Amino acid sequence: MELEKPQESSYLYCIRCGLCLAVCPTYREYLKETTSPRGRVALTRKGLEGKLELSPNLFEQMYGCFACMACNDVCPVGIRPADLALSMRQVEEQKHPKRWKQIVFKGLLSKAGRLELATLPLRLYEKLGVRRLVYWLRLDRLLPDRIRDLEAMLPRIPQRPLRRVLPEITEAHGEARYRVGYFLGCAQSLLFAEQSAATLRVLARNGCTVITPKEIECCGMPARGYGRMDLVRSQAMRNIAAFERRDVDVIVTDCATCGSMLKEYDSLFRDDPEWKERAAAFRSKVRDVSEFLAEIPLEKPSGRIESRVTYHDPCHLRRAQKVWREPRKILSLIDGLEFVELPEADWCCGSAGSQLITHYETSKKVLDRKLDHIEETGADTVASGCPGCRMQLETGLKRRGKPVRVVHPVALLDEAYGGVDGQRNH
Amino acid sequence: MDSGIIEKLCRIVGEEGVLRTPEDLAAYSYDGTFAEGVPGAVVLPETTEQTSEIVKLGAQARIPLIARGMGSGLAAGSVPIGGGSIIVCFTRMNRILEIDEENATVRAQAGVVTADLQAEVEKRGLFYPPDPSSIRHSTIGGNIACNAGGPRCLKYGVTANYLLGLTVVLADGRVLKTGGKPIKDVTGYSLTSLFASSEGTLGLITEALLRLLARPLHVRTAMAEFDSLADASRTVNAILTGGIVPATLELMDRTAIVCIEEAMHLGLATDAEAILIIEADGSDESAVVREIEAVGRIARESGARAVKVAQNGEERDGLWKARRSAGSALARRAPNKLGEDITVPRSAIPDVIARLRAISARNGLPIVIFGHAGDGNLHPNILFDKRDPEQWRKVETMMGEIFEAALSLGGTLSGEHGIGVLKRPYFRQAVGPVSYDVQRRIKQSLDPLNILNPGKIFEEWE
Repeated sequence: MELEKPQESSYLYCIRCGLCLAVCPTYREYLKETTSPRGRVALTRKGLEGKLELSPNLFEQMYGCFACMACNDVCPVGIRPADLALSMRQVEEQKHPKRWKQIVFKGLLSKAGRLELATLPLRLYEKLGVRRLVYWLRLDRLLPDRIRDLEAMLPRIPQRPLRRVLPEITEAHGEARYRVGYFLGCAQSLLFAEQSAATLRVLARNGCTVITPKEIECCGMPARGYGRMDLVRSQAMRNIAAFERRDVDVIVTDCATCGSMLKEYDSLFRDDPEWKERAAAFRSKVRDVSEFLAEIPLEKPSGRIESRVTYHDPCHLRRAQKVWREPRKILSLIDGLEFVELPEADWCCGSAGSQLITHYETSKKVLDRKLDHIEETGADTVASGCPGCRMQLETGLKRRGKPVRVVHPVALLDEAYGGVDGQRNH
Repeated sequence: MDSGIIEKLCRIVGEEGVLRTPEDLAAYSYDGTFAEGVPGAVVLPETTEQTSEIVKLGAQARIPLIARGMGSGLAAGSVPIGGGSIIVCFTRMNRILEIDEENATVRAQAGVVTADLQAEVEKRGLFYPPDPSSIRHSTIGGNIACNAGGPRCLKYGVTANYLLGLTVVLADGRVLKTGGKPIKDVTGYSLTSLFASSEGTLGLITEALLRLLARPLHVRTAMAEFDSLADASRTVNAILTGGIVPATLELMDRTAIVCIEEAMHLGLATDAEAILIIEADGSDESAVVREIEAVGRIARESGARAVKVAQNGEERDGLWKARRSAGSALARRAPNKLGEDITVPRSAIPDVIARLRAISARNGLPIVIFGHAGDGNLHPNILFDKRDPEQWRKVETMMGEIFEAALSLGGTLSGEHGIGVLKRPYFRQAVGPVSYDVQRRIKQSLDPLNILNPGKIFEEWE
């Protein structure tokens, strides 16, 4: 079988001007060319032209990219170094397939039920009070840094995944004006169930009948990050089919990462006559929740939130979807809320999917830059529309002992509406 | 590279500071040009002392040492030629050591990014004017070694005009300190100036003391559109002879405009043959406004079809982002570009532009023209595909013709990029035999072993 690899035109025109170095989080931490976008493009070109061996270290440089896409945005030539790094992971995977990827991305992530089962120990850890016991006995201090950070990174885990409790249909309050399909991402369901429940309340309150298909699979982003485009395509097909069965006006997600992946579904099937149209139709309906809420007339919340709030732009929202005005607009609706802009708001937080585990040291350095800026703002709350970013920010702030709350912007809107109580009284 | 040398380097800067995998070496084999050469190792010192140890090692083992910053150079000055060299990369020496508000100076390590330095001093109401297009991806050390310019040089002068003192590691490892905070200093030769535009051939710059100005409080930026490139170039002279010295006076021709617009979607007039970006700045707002209005009037009298003044900071930033991306955006048209930086007396700008167009037409490869028209420094960019030997031959011919045109009009080869490798063949002719000989003797006396960036500037070496 012929190797699926980046086309020559995707790197040939790089004139190596170096503009991308200035915006790359991994370059700015290590200050070496090998960890820069220009470096990765050069290695890609030399590797594919046979001037450099396609060695494990070459591919490691591609995994060193945090895929924040700042380089894609800055390049005046239109080279997309971050995309190239992802494509090169796919090249590696075709050359040296890894069995664990099959297990994780096909076996585990594809089926929500299996993922829920696999994370059951974490829920028990929380539910049985083991976690409280660990903190009480300060056992967490015995853990190595990396594990302790991972432990701290787990938000307070909901007792039951949202997927299990949510009805397939959530009726609109009052007149139903929109039929909204809701793409419930794995992280939102498993780790941020309460914040996603808030998303649904906000949608319903603003005239949306929300349909949540339970059989959807992973959006595909994790498999994409590890070069398994074959799995991404099969996950995409099943998700497209699931929403086709429901007849919805729009497909909304409150996970920046899911949203950016769903919006790429059309590009997965460019050469597939059967799926091309279906994917394009699906793609045209996808909206980030803040994007959708900015499109429709919104009820002005009557509650006040007396808080100094800043906003961190998730790469998967700002870079991938160009959504950054909308969440700020939502925050501006809330009385009492004092919004303060975050310096370098669109700089990566270092979470980068699983890089926070596989590239722990780099991730921590990138995070520190972000935390410094958050502290500069004096905010007591950071809003951000991505579960990965929120976990990363929470961990960092906790490590620094800063009592700063991290939350989805739409959850703040829900709060201003009165949250669960507001829903009852509405 | 010999493992004994690697081991010694590791002892000097630590394991983390020595790069030697094939991937690392490939990533350090280029700069902002198409030239390539693979080093034997890359070392990233963090102090002047470490740098000195590295140079001593290089001198002892006769290993070529190539100074490098962020690799944005446009003359291949930091690209290794010949094998077995060590790149000494200063990006990790990136600390600002002192900002002296009373004396308006800043002391910084060589690897500080120029834009970072500017942002820091501006927080204190101070101003470091030199603004090469690579401002966010080049370092102070590199800027000094190439005597970088930029749009604002029209009013404020080039990097060398802001140098008060340097710390330089000499070819034998000794540390030379030049200059100091006094503005005036004629105690002997001006060694500080000697290292500006030395391109890493005379010593390794590790620290710089820079002069600062008060930050201008008011800025106005205008853009004038023209239906003819000749009108635009005449306007430049009309403005400057009209008694106005704007901060910048930048020219872009149509191809540059179109490429930038494709990249940035700023709403530039893609049907204009040329645009000028003119900026006035100062501490008195009404004077700045008067100046930009006068500029607008002169531009219209000289044939501008429209003059627009940026209404806010966002519009202004957009224009400058566009201008700074010009060189890179051209790559949308061809896989390679050769960006020159000839400089002519400003009265000769209309003439040199006409000649550049003729060179392009004669050889059949596009030349895009943009640059700092106000100080006569133009960037004719030849667009080509290096994989096609026919095109490469034409490029070589055209390069010669471009330099010939500049020299015959009383101009120079390079206004701000330096000689490096790419302009070596034309260097002797440009400066004449006496200057060439003097410069070679300076090089020989400071670097008798020829280990500092050998093969740069001077064509042959015996």
